[in-house]
Amino acid sequence: MSARTTNVLLVGVGGQGVLLASDILSQVAMEAGHDAKKSEVHGMAQRGGVVSSHVRFGERVWSPIIPEGGADVLLAFEQAEALRAMHLVAPGGSAVVNTQRIIPPIAAGKDWDYPENPLAEVRARIPATVAVSAREECRALGNEKMVSVLLLGALSASLDFDEDLWRKVIRARVPRGTEDLNWRAFQRGRELASA
Amino acid sequence: MEASTRQEAPIRYLLSGNEAVALGCREAGVRLGAGYPGTPSTEILETLARLVPEMYVQWSPNEKVGLEVAAGAALTGARAISTQKHVGLNVAADPLMTLSYMGVEAGLVVVTADDPELHSSQNEQDNRHYARFAKIPMLEPSCSQEAKDYVAAGMEISERFDTPVLLRMTTRISHSKGIVEAGELRSVAVKGFRKDARKYVMVPANARARHAFVEERLDRLRAFAEETELNRVEWGDRRVGVVAAGVGYVQARELLPEASYYKLGLGWPLPLEGIRRFAAEVERLIVIEELDPFIEEQLLAEGIACEGKSLTGLLGELTPGRLGKGLAAAGLIDTAPAPAGAAATVLPRPPVLCPGCPHRSLFWGVKPKKGNVFGDIGCYTLAALPPLQTIDTCLDMGASIGTAIGSSKVATDGKPIFAAIGDSTFLHSGMTGLLDAVYNDADITVLILDNRVTAMTGGQEHPATGKTLMGKAARQVDLPTLVKALGVDHVQVVANHDQPAVRAAVEAAVAHAGPSVVIARAPCALMPVKIREIPYRVDPERCVGCRTCLRTGCPALSLTGGLTAKGLRQVVIDEDACTGCSLCFQVCPHEAIRLTSEEVPV
Ligand SMILES: Cc1ncc(C[n+]2csc(CCOP(=O)(O)OP(=O)(O)O)c2C)c(N)n1
Repeated sequence: MSARTTNVLLVGVGGQGVLLASDILSQVAMEAGHDAKKSEVHGMAQRGGVVSSHVRFGERVWSPIIPEGGADVLLAFEQAEALRAMHLVAPGGSAVVNTQRIIPPIAAGKDWDYPENPLAEVRARIPATVAVSAREECRALGNEKMVSVLLLGALSASLDFDEDLWRKVIRARVPRGTEDLNWRAFQRGRELASA
Repeated sequence: MEASTRQEAPIRYLLSGNEAVALGCREAGVRLGAGYPGTPSTEILETLARLVPEMYVQWSPNEKVGLEVAAGAALTGARAISTQKHVGLNVAADPLMTLSYMGVEAGLVVVTADDPELHSSQNEQDNRHYARFAKIPMLEPSCSQEAKDYVAAGMEISERFDTPVLLRMTTRISHSKGIVEAGELRSVAVKGFRKDARKYVMVPANARARHAFVEERLDRLRAFAEETELNRVEWGDRRVGVVAAGVGYVQARELLPEASYYKLGLGWPLPLEGIRRFAAEVERLIVIEELDPFIEEQLLAEGIACEGKSLTGLLGELTPGRLGKGLAAAGLIDTAPAPAGAAATVLPRPPVLCPGCPHRSLFWGVKPKKGNVFGDIGCYTLAALPPLQTIDTCLDMGASIGTAIGSSKVATDGKPIFAAIGDSTFLHSGMTGLLDAVYNDADITVLILDNRVTAMTGGQEHPATGKTLMGKAARQVDLPTLVKALGVDHVQVVANHDQPAVRAAVEAAVAHAGPSVVIARAPCALMPVKIREIPYRVDPERCVGCRTCLRTGCPALSLTGGLTAKGLRQVVIDEDACTGCSLCFQVCPHEAIRLTSEEVPV
């Protein structure tokens, strides 16, 4: 186990399942024997606002917050949110970006436009970026509500945890009856990121 | 217990600070919990209700009652906890100040969950001052493990020193998860109420004597602070010594791993002699604390030289970036840890009223009256933001009515004066305001937004929802009856999504001289059940791109359709997000919005 702390930053929009994903990830980290902390802000952010969750694990984790510019991996549930967070990724870090675009009402006004191609901008800054169309992939598997788990699968390709551990924690966290389907979503995500 | 079981590894959970406090209550044999929801404190009682059925927990209509309920249990010899957000303690400050004099029969821990950075609050007040103000001890956990452990510690201090104990959380402690090792369960018997007028009847003659007790207790607490293991010295490099508590401690450890620490678990009273000795052993003494110079000023008053706010500033959270900058400027670290690149400019995503939110429909109907709308606190406060911009103030819970009354007594512009208040907020502290409006005959219109839930904080029950925190059926207060009983004659109940009805009701209420009430009744679109009626869609043959519907601010609408003949962009409705509330359908001047169940000629 390395003494260095691994920092995973998860970002998205309220209601997308960011917190479920960070819950599962931090549980996996703990069960793998690490010290683990995760931090996010509830409240106003959940009314369609930005949601970000910090997951940190290693031998001893002090702060629950990732230092600015210290994220090893960024998992973005939404393209513009990937763009907003990309400067927080450490040089040499990587990103998994869901291609979904959620356009806020403010874009209907004069002052703001939704960015043209956020993914391209993220790629330019973080070459190790994997894009995943999680909604479409989940739809193909037969259930759109597995976006979090599919994205975790994609994230898992860049982290060093046992598949069995992922499987155990995911099964315990998803709605009863959907365990097998969710596990397929995880594996699909992993496959997409490993390709 | 068998030796073999004793050697088993303790159970470890990944818990938020709030969940850890709940576990701490369970382990410490706490019998009763009461409070009022408020971010970031809410999950403590929610977790207890869900996972600790042997404990009695309840939502009270407000924090004052909540603390009184907890105090009543503690006076009856049962360990009790009261929870609230920082501003909630203002509401409960009256009982708190005199509970300090009364003391307890069994342990009483009062949780204040502060919100540095105002993630979801109206101010950033530093409630450590309450400990000093009320002259009661305060514990400050720095992680989930301590959040759990400090409940039992607090109960013991409370009983040993005959005092309520403040447990001060902050958003980062309440809402961060960390590993917690479970401890043993303690069963604590309920002693029963013991009559003791000199201690429990705070008339002047008795209270005078109890004030002397409080001062003497404080001396004993000061001595306790010097010896308790809740505070500890961690020696490292003696060039820098850090004094810190709570989240300040973990943030400092992150950035100054080599320094020496005076780690405070008991945040007040301070172990001044211990810190003086520590200070003498280090070259530079740094106080790392969020918000006010609470520790720093006490040290300086004692003649203990230190630096603090000159490094950390007075505002917001001590994020690694903010603290790193301060430490770098003071020459304590080389540079901020990993300087982040410049942030890209990305359109903001301010919080918005949900698709189908009944508040949107109500304010759409109120807006044309061009009145002054004194607002309150809840989801509906978001109606202050563009494009609705129909709420003009937000002060504290219940303030809408009082401020509207005051304005009505002096305003000369003839504009209608509204108070807009949610149902939970009305029951929290709006009733007395309305009584004032009746008593002093204020010409105002009070809009009670009756969505049958405490939505802003995540959907808690309240006295008008018909259910308790523990899930039992409850007597449901009837708002129209209540309002009439307070003496309001002009009371109307209206369905929010029915625009003609809303406008007519508002018109009639404004025309009425004296106080009038409009109860706008429609369930929250999200809680307790997500409403999903037949969604609407835009008929591209008819949409002229006028954007009228967009002015409702519904996030299910976006300007992402095709172009009209005149080159204007058409609106699209996200059918997955649309709840079918019909507001956009009602406001569209071109009949371009249709139910998805209707045939639309393509
Ligand atoms: C004194 C105080 N206690 C608690 C809170 C947290 N809080 C903010 S709004 C709110 C209640 C909102 O409920 P309601 O008035 O029914 O409006 P809704 O959000 O349902 O629209 C609460 C509990 C606060 N800001 N101040």
